[in-house]
Amino acid sequence: MTTTALPATLRRGLVARRVPWTLVVFLVLATVPWVASRYDAFLAEQIVIDALFAVSLNLLLGTTGLVSFGHVAYFGVGAYVCGILMKTYGVPFSLAFPAAGLGTAVFALISGYFCVRLIKLYFAMLTLAFSQIVWAICYKWNDVTGGDQGLPEIPYPDLAWMDHVPGLSALGIGDRFYLLTLVLVAVSLAVLHRVVRSPFGRMLTTIRDNPERAAFIGVNVRAYQLAAFVAAGTFAGFAGALYGIFSRGVFADYVLWSKSAEVMIMTILGGMGFFWGPPVGAAALVWLNQAITSYTEYWPFVLGTILLVLLFALPGGIVGGIVGLWTRARGRRGA
Amino acid sequence: MAPSFLFSQFMGGLTTAMFLFLIASGLSLVFGVMRVINFAHGSFYMLGAYLAWQGVQWLHPTGAGFWAATLFAAAGVGVLGAVVERLFFRSLYGREELYQLLFTYALVLILGDAAKFLWGTGQLSVSTPPALAGSVQIFGTTQPIYSLFIIAIGPAIAFAGWLVLNRTGVGRMVRAAQMDREMLDALGANVGTLYTGMFVFSAFLAGLSGALVTPIQSIVPGMDVLIIVQAFIVVVIGGMGSFWGTFWGSVIYGEVLSFGILIFPGFSLFSVFALMAVILIVRPWGLFGRPL
Repeated sequence: MTTTALPATLRRGLVARRVPWTLVVFLVLATVPWVASRYDAFLAEQIVIDALFAVSLNLLLGTTGLVSFGHVAYFGVGAYVCGILMKTYGVPFSLAFPAAGLGTAVFALISGYFCVRLIKLYFAMLTLAFSQIVWAICYKWNDVTGGDQGLPEIPYPDLAWMDHVPGLSALGIGDRFYLLTLVLVAVSLAVLHRVVRSPFGRMLTTIRDNPERAAFIGVNVRAYQLAAFVAAGTFAGFAGALYGIFSRGVFADYVLWSKSAEVMIMTILGGMGFFWGPPVGAAALVWLNQAITSYTEYWPFVLGTILLVLLFALPGGIVGGIVGLWTRARGRRGA
Repeated sequence: MAPSFLFSQFMGGLTTAMFLFLIASGLSLVFGVMRVINFAHGSFYMLGAYLAWQGVQWLHPTGAGFWAATLFAAAGVGVLGAVVERLFFRSLYGREELYQLLFTYALVLILGDAAKFLWGTGQLSVSTPPALAGSVQIFGTTQPIYSLFIIAIGPAIAFAGWLVLNRTGVGRMVRAAQMDREMLDALGANVGTLYTGMFVFSAFLAGLSGALVTPIQSIVPGMDVLIIVQAFIVVVIGGMGSFWGTFWGSVIYGEVLSFGILIFPGFSLFSVFALMAVILIVRPWGLFGRPL
């Protein structure tokens, strides 16, 4: 391909495009245990896990056009399955983590089967109802979930094998788990990216834009929606499993409906029209949260205000805003 | 189980039910006409409670000014509803429901913190108005007069609402808007004003119920979120937008909660959520609602 034939402005775009941004971000994040403080590493890990959670929601929200108000249920099921297996039964992480994904997938399949039969607001209501059921079970089933006491002190996975990896042997268990989380999330995001860009993902977008027409050309709309629902739930379950270990415990608060709203705000803050929007939103929200809570206790007020600005002034989110500015700037230069 | 015990359990459920009906009817009304789930309805209720407390402090700290304070609280929340609808909500009609849901959620966050800022995080309480203090004996059980008052006010509001909806011009407009708002608009009715009016009335009802709860519950931050979840279950069971559905939904919710505690202690919460999920699966538009 000869780029020399293209106009200068377009070529600049291509140069920016040829930089493997995802790899750069991954490598920068991988240096965190060595260059950043323990507190910054803590924030980075929170961002990485929230990024996966938000991207999984966006598979429903942005790609398929399903407004799930109970996505936290799947995050919670993943966290509890992994936490219970590891703490109560002493199952190693290498088995508990896939089991958390599997358990969440089964639950998403059952609940999703009922949810996708409903349209629009009723879909949102039923997802909310399921998440409240999960919450009520987690909050009350003392013998298994620890009830309102939760499951504190989930053990870290056994990462002694990292002793034998040059460069990693000096790291503490917290930093080792951070690296493991980063790799697992990166693989998950790569899979989700493939899913969204695949013919299957294109079909989901078609269903979002016009479900009647999709059904008319012979697509089984509900089956596609259910598949998206299960995939989104499974990856939310993975995020939850990592989060339970990261935060050293699983508590019923993780499944509160306000958490569903929070991850939705992350997704929209970043921009639900873009695959990399939700991770940007997760980073922005986690960073803002810690910056603002050090000044004032009124974080919800700030969050509500951010949400108002987003809804009325910046519906495309941060990434949408940047892309808009970029195209405007390029258009002006080209003219 | 002794009949008097069952009766007192039943009355407890009924008090919860009629009280929830006051709150949920406003939520259901806004959904029926505007097709919006207003999460901020619980915040309006909470502000009603705080404003009533404030009114009682200003008017008569001994509690005699309760009724004036109640009216003040309901009117104050109604005015807030008007501001919210005219300034913000108006521009969200016709946009995706996601944006409308998130807007009302933003209000929940902002109003919750505003209440904390203005009234602190401690518990506040209002004493029962003297005329309704005390209790009476019914079937060998002790019933607080204030609970009986709440139980009476529920059907009174229901009857008034039925009269307005079925016997007045405004009610006809509201029913028409529920069925086909484009057609109503095309026929020359002022749908914009009708929407503002509905929203304000719904906020007024929320403020009123918030004020009326103050003698039996202490006012605390977080009461907004607690109540919206319950009101939401009630309208889902009865049917979003259905007036009688909300009434019966409240009764079912109150009694399931009240007797559920006897049958599976600790799992009554679970039973109401499960009931809600089953109804959404079998009849998404609720027991008394109509499909959209």
